[in-house]
Amino acid sequence: MSAQQVLFYLFAAFAVVSALGMVLNVRNTVAAALSLVVTMVALAGIYVLLEAHLVAAIQVMVYGGAIVVLFLFVVMLLNLRSDAFAPGRARLQKLAGALLGIALLAQIVRSSVALPAAPPVPPGFGGYRQLGIALYTDYVLLVEIASLLLTAAIVGALILAKRKID
Amino acid sequence: MIPLDHVILLSAILFGIGVVGVVTRRNLIVVLMSIELMLNAVNLAFIGFNRLWPGQPGQNALDGQVFVLMVITVAAAEVAVGLGIVISMFRNRDSVDIEEVSLLKW
Repeated sequence: MSAQQVLFYLFAAFAVVSALGMVLNVRNTVAAALSLVVTMVALAGIYVLLEAHLVAAIQVMVYGGAIVVLFLFVVMLLNLRSDAFAPGRARLQKLAGALLGIALLAQIVRSSVALPAAPPVPPGFGGYRQLGIALYTDYVLLVEIASLLLTAAIVGALILAKRKID
Repeated sequence: MIPLDHVILLSAILFGIGVVGVVTRRNLIVVLMSIELMLNAVNLAFIGFNRLWPGQPGQNALDGQVFVLMVITVAAAEVAVGLGIVISMFRNRDSVDIEEVSLLKW
């Protein structure tokens, strides 16, 4: 087993364990958000192993930096009591949810086919230069739509979180 | 070389965990986090398949990675709006329990 494979399985184990920690942690929402950071960073490591270098950097900056900090900020702003979500109610619903997840996973695994080995990558694959060229030539309309979407999201979030709309 | 089957399997596992989180948890913030987890699982599948078909030399095929960047953009927008909704819900109901907002539920 090569060093890349060892790193991949290590990152994969980190990602799965911390994702489970996020979902199963009913006591502490802050700890759940920090588990989410571990998942994001482990996924960024896997992206590097898959030759997606720029996406890995953006993953760490946007997910590990901005999005989770936003989550933590809201959790701490609302100052939720830790016993507000005691388990016990709607046990049937929980069981059904877990069964649904397992069934979905089983279906995906059953319908998956054996993939061929990955070919060698062309030079510059996944770097900022090639990705930038792709973004600003073939996908320039997508970039413009994304900027419009972000503007709309900022305005919408401001309106929603405002105390009183005059 | 990383076996791509296992990358897709990891993506499926993370997506399954995200689904379970969305369906079973009652804390709206954790539900949003689980949605983020599902989006990340899809991103991982995109990156894995892009690694499988990387294009020829001089003609890189980076469609999967471009799509991942767009998913990250949409996720950021979704979190901003979603947390705005959480804050306004907390202001009105003094709770972030999704059982409290079942007015539109059949």
